[in-house]
Amino acid sequence: MKLRISSDARQPPAQKAQNTRAELTRRDLLRSGAAVASLTLAPGVTLMAFGGSQAQAAADADKRWGLLIDVNKCSADCDDCVSACSTENGWKGHGHPETDAQWIRKVTLKNKATGRESSMPVMCQHCEAPPCVDVCPTGASFKRPDGIVLVDKHICIGCRYCMMACPFKARSFVHEPVVDQKSHAPRGQGTVEACTLCIHRVDAGGVPACVEACADAGHQAILFGDLRDPESAISRALLEYPTLALRPDLDLNPGVRYANLG
Amino acid sequence: MIRLALILVLGLTGMVSAEERSSLWPSVPAATGEPHAEGNEFWRKNHMDMMRHDRDLTMRMGDRQVGASLKACFDCHTVRDDEGHVVTYRDERHFCRSCHDFAAVRVDCFTCHRSTPDGVDEGEAHAMTQAAPAEPGAIAAFLNRLAGQTPMTFAGAMEANR
Repeated sequence: MKLRISSDARQPPAQKAQNTRAELTRRDLLRSGAAVASLTLAPGVTLMAFGGSQAQAAADADKRWGLLIDVNKCSADCDDCVSACSTENGWKGHGHPETDAQWIRKVTLKNKATGRESSMPVMCQHCEAPPCVDVCPTGASFKRPDGIVLVDKHICIGCRYCMMACPFKARSFVHEPVVDQKSHAPRGQGTVEACTLCIHRVDAGGVPACVEACADAGHQAILFGDLRDPESAISRALLEYPTLALRPDLDLNPGVRYANLG
Repeated sequence: MIRLALILVLGLTGMVSAEERSSLWPSVPAATGEPHAEGNEFWRKNHMDMMRHDRDLTMRMGDRQVGASLKACFDCHTVRDDEGHVVTYRDERHFCRSCHDFAAVRVDCFTCHRSTPDGVDEGEAHAMTQAAPAEPGAIAAFLNRLAGQTPMTFAGAMEANR
C-alpha cells in the first residue's frame, strides 16, 4: 500500500515516467474503486481480495493537448479568457499585482518597426521539454503523459525555482491563505501553481474554460485540440497557417502556439 | 452453519473487546448515502493509503474514476451545525476531525483542498485553521464536552455509523 513517486527524482525524465507508469499499473490492483472483498477475521485482522477493473487512465500518451491562439482574432479590450479561468479555477487577486496568482494574462505586443499593437493571452505553454520540470528539486513539477504540465502540490516545497526557470512567467506562488477552493482545483498557500489546461474538463472530454469563454465572446481566437491527431482542427490549422511558438530560440516545443503574431 | 457460528463467535469477541474501550471513543458522525461495501473498519484503517494512492492516479494519470477522493468523501460525510450550515474543517464537529482530534493528528489536506462539498461557502475564517495554534484550554474543553455527552462505546459508534 505504500507508494513513493518522488524517490526516483534523479533519474532521467523518460525513465522516471516509465517507472511511474509501471508502478501505477501494479498499484491498480489496489485501486479502491475496484471491487474489494474484505472479510474481518478478528478485530484488526482483515482478509482482503482485490479484483476487477484496470485503471482507465485518461492521460493518454498517444495524445498531446495544445492550444492555437490566433492573435488577429483576439480583441485588445476583451479579457473573458482571464476571467473565465479565474472563475473556473478559483484564483483571484489580493490587491498585490506583483505577487497575485495569475494563471493566464493578456499581453500587449508592439512591433517597434511598424507601431502595430496586438493583444493575446499568455498562460503555461505546456512545453514538451519544460524547464520548470528540469529544475524542480522534489519532482513536484511534472508533465502528464498527454503533455499537460502540472504541479503536484503535495510535494511542492514552494522553492519557486520553476518560476525562475519558466521563460513565460507562467507560474505563480500563492502567498496568502486560500479559502473556498474548487474541489477540482485545490490550491494553497506556499505552493506554486499555473494553468492546468483545465485538466478536469479535458479528462471529462471538455475544452478549457478560456477556449469556451473566447468562443462565447464571439472571437473564436483559441483553438484546443490534440496535436498528435492529424485530423484534429488544431493540427489542420497548424498545417495551413504559419504559426509560432513563443521564444522559439529555446526549442522547448510548447503545446501552445500563436498565429498572426507580430 | 459453521460459518454462521464462526461469525457469531468472532462478533462476540469483537464486542467484548470493544466494550473495554474508553467511553471517550470518538462519536463518528453518521453519513448519508450507500454504506461502503468494504465496511467501515476497512475504511478507517486504510483510507489514508487509498486516498494517497488514488490521488496520484488522478493527478498524474488523469484517472478520475477512482473510489477514494476527498471530493467523494464529502458527498456523504458532511456534518451540519445547529443552524443547518455544513461545517468546515475549522469546526471540531467536522467528519475528519471527529477521529483525528481524538488521535491528536492534524491533517494538512485542507490547506489546499476544500473540506466541504462544492457550493458551500467556506468563509474567510476557514483559512486560519492551519496557521492558528490551538487555543489554551482547548483540550480540556474538548474533554469536558465529551464527558457531557452520552458515552458511546466502540460497538455503539460502529452501529450508529453503519
